Amino acid sequence: MALTGLQIYKLLPQTNCKECGFPTCLAFAMKLAAKQAELKQCPYVTEASKAQLEAASAPPIRLVTLASGGVKIEAGNETVMFRHEKTFYHKPGLFIHVRDTDGVAAIKAKVAQADAYVVDYVGIKLGVDGFAVEALAEDAAKFAEAVSAVRATSQKPLILIAANPGVMEAGLKAAPGTTPLLYAADEDNWQKMVEMAKAANPKGRSGAPLAARAESLEKLAALTEEIKKAGIEDIVLDPLVTGYADSLTALTQLRRLALKKNFRALGYPLITFPGEAADLGVDETVLAAQHIAKYAGFIVLENFDPAMLYPLLVLRQNIYTDPQKPIQVQPGLYEINTPTPDAPLMVTTNFSITYFAVNNEVEGSGWPGWLVVADAEGMSVLTAWAAGKFDADRIAKAVKNFGVEGKVNHKRIILPGQVAVLSGELEEALPGWEIMVGPKEAVDLPGYLKVMWGQKEGI
Amino acid sequence: MPMTVEVPKEKWAGKVREVTLGATREQGGTRARTVTLGGEATLPFLHFEAAVLHPPALALEIKDRKPDDWSPLLYEAWGEAMDDSGDWARAAENAGADLIVLTLSLTQADGKPNTPEHARAVVRKVLNATGLPLAVFGPGQAEKDNELIVPIAEEAKGERLLIGVCEDKNYRTIVAAAMANDHLVSSKTPMDVNLAKQLVILIHDMGMPLERVVMDPTTGALGYGIEYGYSVMERLRLAALQGDSMTQQPMLVTPGEEAWKAKESKVGEGVPGTWGDWKRRALNWETLTATSLIHAGADMVVLRHPDSLARVKAMVQGLMNEK
Repeated sequence: MALTGLQIYKLLPQTNCKECGFPTCLAFAMKLAAKQAELKQCPYVTEASKAQLEAASAPPIRLVTLASGGVKIEAGNETVMFRHEKTFYHKPGLFIHVRDTDGVAAIKAKVAQADAYVVDYVGIKLGVDGFAVEALAEDAAKFAEAVSAVRATSQKPLILIAANPGVMEAGLKAAPGTTPLLYAADEDNWQKMVEMAKAANPKGRSGAPLAARAESLEKLAALTEEIKKAGIEDIVLDPLVTGYADSLTALTQLRRLALKKNFRALGYPLITFPGEAADLGVDETVLAAQHIAKYAGFIVLENFDPAMLYPLLVLRQNIYTDPQKPIQVQPGLYEINTPTPDAPLMVTTNFSITYFAVNNEVEGSGWPGWLVVADAEGMSVLTAWAAGKFDADRIAKAVKNFGVEGKVNHKRIILPGQVAVLSGELEEALPGWEIMVGPKEAVDLPGYLKVMWGQKEGI
Repeated sequence: MPMTVEVPKEKWAGKVREVTLGATREQGGTRARTVTLGGEATLPFLHFEAAVLHPPALALEIKDRKPDDWSPLLYEAWGEAMDDSGDWARAAENAGADLIVLTLSLTQADGKPNTPEHARAVVRKVLNATGLPLAVFGPGQAEKDNELIVPIAEEAKGERLLIGVCEDKNYRTIVAAAMANDHLVSSKTPMDVNLAKQLVILIHDMGMPLERVVMDPTTGALGYGIEYGYSVMERLRLAALQGDSMTQQPMLVTPGEEAWKAKESKVGEGVPGTWGDWKRRALNWETLTATSLIHAGADMVVLRHPDSLARVKAMVQGLMNEK
């Protein structure tokens, strides 16, 4: 929340010296509020006032960056409670948890698998964001060995988990050149942890990001203020939640405090461990999904399981998509499996999910095909049709404009089954063409082509 | 020393209507219990702001005959029960459903068109097989919906069914049947806040009390457009809490139907290895679609796999248990 002109005025010298170029301090304050002047125009503003003014104009939730090998994971700088109000900006990083007590071989095996994991979703490559390495053994050498094992296998960003500052230091030393998150400072160890974070001094920063954990919001706020006073500003909060209800309450309250009250002491991104309470019957996949939608910044997973990771990565992509920018593909005539002029011709819309659904089915089946992707402003078949953006005229126009008749030697076009109602109109819009009504779902396309196109060919 | 933290609490101007499905003997029906949806006076599960009256109701979908095109995993889950709607309803009740959703097919098992007589017989069988409240939806084609839903509305008079679907192009017949036989209707619109409101208004203008209307804002599965429905739902719920009377209806979602259409759920062979184990993935697909929509305000959640129901139920129980 920005300060008002009057609030800014109270922090100025109030001498009306005019050296800023404005007749009075109040006039200057109004200009500052409107972002039409810069504070440095005033030679006499005190350091204390400067600090307060900067704090007030800082984003409500601090941006924290973890880095390694040129890869950055960011959390924070969120500005809304609901994605439809604007968008969510920084997808929560998914980190896989390993422990020094797992043993080097097991660590390397798990990390190698997770590090190599890359899954495609509508043409976007998704994967694990990094690893959380825990010093369960409370032994500096063992922790350093574990961190080294992870580093030998993966260059992804890290979260280092150790309660003992000496042990943490050993782990940090084993990950040079990275900006890990140090987890965590609590009311007992924060001074030493802050010293460690400051000494870590990653390139270009004044200290490594430091997580803070406490049992209540009040204690958490007091803790972060101490940490900040001592010189670390990149803080990540762990409100110590284990289940569905307390997660939703704490994470919602924290987001509200930051956005609605500009409560700086809790204006930091959040870290969660949805697999922690598995023995209490909490489903890690379900809780992680909740954390993705409701406000987590970094999420640490116990399990590396593609059957769970793939849906979570897709959910994260979906929730964090900018509502103003639905993913679209370029309209045009697409070739699938090197089609010859007699290959089937299909039409669909330029919404990414729609296009990829159709493309992937046909491509996977081995059928050659031509696909007219009509400009439906990034909407799916049904939505575009309901909105009047996918109709017979537009399809006919697309067929004409994308040079279909130059590439395809027949006049049969397969219409998506969801808009079968358009077939009559399309016959009129494309005179001389045969309109075939295809299946409603892309997954049924290969079967449809086999039966229906096969018939046409006399196969 | 701890700092004072004042958690911002919203003061909402409105709340969601309560809608009750099913009727017990005292109420003129034969259901063992009723299910009440809605009543929210705050965003989903924010106990610190208002009492949460009713958990989302979890329904299992059964059909009037064994379907032709469901995922192999669903046939594996339900087995022979799918051959008889009564058996299937009993199995769904045993799996822990709060209510049953019966969707009627276009054709009967022998391929002949479905008929009012057949639909009536199936509904009667299901009502006899289970004491749970019942929803009955047509095959999703206007003429056939009207042809089948009107007779079953008569058949089940007194049971306070939820019938549907009402869409802007076809709602009058079903609303009339619901009004004449004391049922509830599902008002379905294509992922648009204003269209959702509009159809509720049109249905209400016919004389249907709002206590008997549920909104289906239409939602896509995880990976297949879920975020559109999710945001429409959040916007509708916010509008309701802000006092917009025509958005104050409980919401129904169909993650079972949507998620099991996806390739991730239907296909186990010839898919990327990075998709992982088929069954776990497919169940996650339905479960996460459902749980995400519950966070967006879903009051009635229609599932297909009993294992998804168990997982979603566990989350709901956790969320209802304020700490």
